[in-house]
Amino acid sequence: MIALLRQLAEALLAIALAPLLAGWVAQCRAWLQNRSAPSLLQPYRTLRKLFHKDAVLAEQASPLFRITPYVVFGTMMLAAAIIPSVTTDVPFARVADAIALVGLFATARVFMALAAMDIGTAFGTLGARREMMVGFLAEPALLMVLFNAFLMYGSTALPTVVHDALAFDTHGLLLRPSLAFAGVAFVMVLLAENGRIPIDNPTTHLELTMIHEAMLLEYSARHLALMEWASWLKLFNYACIGFALFAPWGIALHADTASPLLLALALLVLKLTVAGAVLAVIETVSAKLRVFRAPEFLSMAFLLAVLGILVHLLLRS
Amino acid sequence: MTYPTLAQPLPVLISLVSAWLLLGMLGLLQPRRVGWVAHVLFPLGALVALGVAAVAALALGSGFTPQALVLPLGLPDLPFHLRLDALSGFFLMLLGIAGAGISIFAAGYFRQGEGTAPGLMGLQYHVFLASMALVMLADDAYLFMVAWETMALSSYFLVTSQHRIPEIRRAGFIYLLMAHIGALSILLCFGAMHGGNWTMTFDAMRGASLSSVWAGAAFCLALFGFGAKAGLFPVHIWLPEAHPAAPSPVSAMMSGLMLKTAIYGLLRVSMDLLHTGPWWWGMLTMLVGLFTALFGVVFAAVQTDMKRLLAYSSIENIGLIIAAVGLALLARSFGMDLLAALALAAALIHAFNHALFKSLLFLATGSVLHATGERNLGKLGGLIRYMPWVAMLALVGTLAIAGLPPLNGFVSEWLMLQAFLSTPSIPHSFINMIVPLGAALVALTAALAGYVMVKFYGVIFLGQPREPRLRHAHGAGILERIGLAWLALGCILIGIFPQAALDAVASVTHALTGAVVRRGGSAWWIAPVSPEQASYSGLWLLAGLLGVIAAVFVIVRLFYHGRVRRSPPWDCGYRWLTPRMQDTAEGFGQPIRRIFGPFFRIERELPAADDAQPHYAIRIEDRTWRAIYAPITAIVRRLADAVAVVQRGRLSVYLLYSFLTLIVLLIFVL
Repeated sequence: MIALLRQLAEALLAIALAPLLAGWVAQCRAWLQNRSAPSLLQPYRTLRKLFHKDAVLAEQASPLFRITPYVVFGTMMLAAAIIPSVTTDVPFARVADAIALVGLFATARVFMALAAMDIGTAFGTLGARREMMVGFLAEPALLMVLFNAFLMYGSTALPTVVHDALAFDTHGLLLRPSLAFAGVAFVMVLLAENGRIPIDNPTTHLELTMIHEAMLLEYSARHLALMEWASWLKLFNYACIGFALFAPWGIALHADTASPLLLALALLVLKLTVAGAVLAVIETVSAKLRVFRAPEFLSMAFLLAVLGILVHLLLRS
Repeated sequence: MTYPTLAQPLPVLISLVSAWLLLGMLGLLQPRRVGWVAHVLFPLGALVALGVAAVAALALGSGFTPQALVLPLGLPDLPFHLRLDALSGFFLMLLGIAGAGISIFAAGYFRQGEGTAPGLMGLQYHVFLASMALVMLADDAYLFMVAWETMALSSYFLVTSQHRIPEIRRAGFIYLLMAHIGALSILLCFGAMHGGNWTMTFDAMRGASLSSVWAGAAFCLALFGFGAKAGLFPVHIWLPEAHPAAPSPVSAMMSGLMLKTAIYGLLRVSMDLLHTGPWWWGMLTMLVGLFTALFGVVFAAVQTDMKRLLAYSSIENIGLIIAAVGLALLARSFGMDLLAALALAAALIHAFNHALFKSLLFLATGSVLHATGERNLGKLGGLIRYMPWVAMLALVGTLAIAGLPPLNGFVSEWLMLQAFLSTPSIPHSFINMIVPLGAALVALTAALAGYVMVKFYGVIFLGQPREPRLRHAHGAGILERIGLAWLALGCILIGIFPQAALDAVASVTHALTGAVVRRGGSAWWIAPVSPEQASYSGLWLLAGLLGVIAAVFVIVRLFYHGRVRRSPPWDCGYRWLTPRMQDTAEGFGQPIRRIFGPFFRIERELPAADDAQPHYAIRIEDRTWRAIYAPITAIVRRLADAVAVVQRGRLSVYLLYSFLTLIVLLIFVL
């Protein structure tokens, strides 16, 4: 029972923190671009505004269109429950390993693409096909990153990875050449999967370049709020997967007492702050790529991850 | 798991198979009466299929010992040997379960006036089913080949049931040709494996000790022969022609069931009849499988005919299955039984899953075809509003085949990736370097399958109707819906109870590799290697997902109003938003054409700048036609021309030949 409550608390924490992360990234970007920054709480205000509006649905919208926001949000929330962000000691952590997490993200993506095609406007289908393209390029790269972690720790279950990473390196540094390759590849996949520059721009509504926004064009009010929230949650989830693989310091292995949990929470916030700032820097210094440069970007990520594997195998033998 | 015991399952199976044949014959009594054939015989056929599945499941029980039987049929001195073991039991179960759904659907599908008379169609259909069952029961090369050829011929007649259309005749011819090339190769393979004294029972083959050259030759012949039936690259070309040409239930049978007989045959020869071979067998099989998978899915993405798209997707899935079989062979050659068992389990479960979801989707295209008369994706769209049942059930199949949790496609892909991940323990550094790329290809293929299925579902069922007459499309009948629902149920059940699937294949993997994939700690999880390495629970995932979705829904409803307004979609201020402005199937394939350009031979017709009626056309061809098949055809034709010199077509010349032969023979005799 306590474990279930802990589980619920972890998922709710992710839901609560995700808009904050998005707000923090937006704030950092604004600072870097010499603009006056929106408040850190702006995403919450956006959500509040959207939830109060009347939903406007296209005339021909089918039930699939209406349930998709709930499915996408639910998927992301479930993923947040599975990923060990604060502690590995939660019942849902073993329901799905990292490969299944990739599958869960794919489920959300497919539903979103189908909903975008449901109305039958040019932008929706355009966004759907671009999103699916980025997806099929990013997924193998992500799996290769996970393969790297598997070679290192012999597991695709994130709790085991965290446990072994913390147990192996008594001096606390995860200095391994293959992990460095995998880390770079992971960041590239994160950028692509979360609709960030250089693949997509979360603040654009320019027809020719948008991917994620094009799929959401027909959504409004609470549906749009759920979709936006889900996309922030996705960024949060990816960040937490990254922490579990490459920076697991502080994640509590046992949640019997409060102090490791509080420490883990503090470290999580710290790590998110740093990650958000780094993300903002990457987005500021890079330029948006043309859609058809995306395959090159992601095959680069893929090759880096494969290099990591080869480096590991070569160093081993 | 314990099953109730039936003392003699094999005779029961034989009588069930005969019942299929009998049902087929009964159709000839009144071949033109749809009511008799469709509403009586096909549902009975479905019942028989269920019986086959139930009896075959007995062979998967842990205490089952293989049963053999000799029937005094066939040629003198060559009686039919039959045998039921775990491997054939598993594939028979697959045949029965998927076949039942297809038969029920077919009962509602076949109508008067579409090609062959219903009674004749019923005969061919049931002979097809029976011959597939016999392939799996055969225990000697002779019966195997008889059943194999019956299967090819009956399906040929089913494919060409609308034989007045030239393309369909051509598709049927290519199919028959490739089927026979494959069959010849299988025949040679059995010849290479004969167990001394040309004894052709499988028992003798198992006992034979072959030299490594002969074993290698037999393996390659089997890979080629069964690969031609399964649709492996480069002998896949018949598949995208024949599957769309056939009526949809037949496409479903060919894709869902017949391709699996080839998997069965390859497993039977490579893992049962032949002894453990060198590692290159597995490597070759795996590489061919992986390439086929990528090839199939890339071509599926650019198709504009919905049944061709599914046919290419079948090539992809077969590629994945064969890749996993290759991995199992590879692991077996290094004596790593557990890894072999894991890879084999992944292959078997994927074969079963593919039988379910591919049949489901082919049948759904049948319903769409009947409702709209259209196979071209460019003329469909928006059908979710007019055929909600078919759309909903097809969505299950779409999500399953895209490999999404918590449905069944994900289970087998997950197992496959786990198997690939476990390969670094193989004591061979070259293989260690290659296999991670294999895992990457599996991942790429799975992700591309998602792309393909979004295209398939989105273009057919979502969006706005691309033709005005689609607004009059009608839903499917009750029998068709039951057939679809049965298969969709299977997709969901295997997805949430993967442990049952692992149990079902346990005795097969035990028989072929000597190891069993553990299902993990408790009844609700699978953790095939160890809970520390990886665990997955489809049921909990589904429960969690549904729970969270329901909670979010309730909370949103509780705290905020549910007001909804309907309005026209956002048209960017441009007033005439027409269905023609939607992305087309060609448009959806465009990123793939660009990224995977070297795979295709593309011909474009572009409009000139001053065309009054600009016209844009694109044709995409398979390179293998020109690279491999055209030269072979040219050589065959040249040989035929050379031989034609002796065939003058004049009676006197032929009489001369006879006379000369007689003289030569007389010289020999005297």
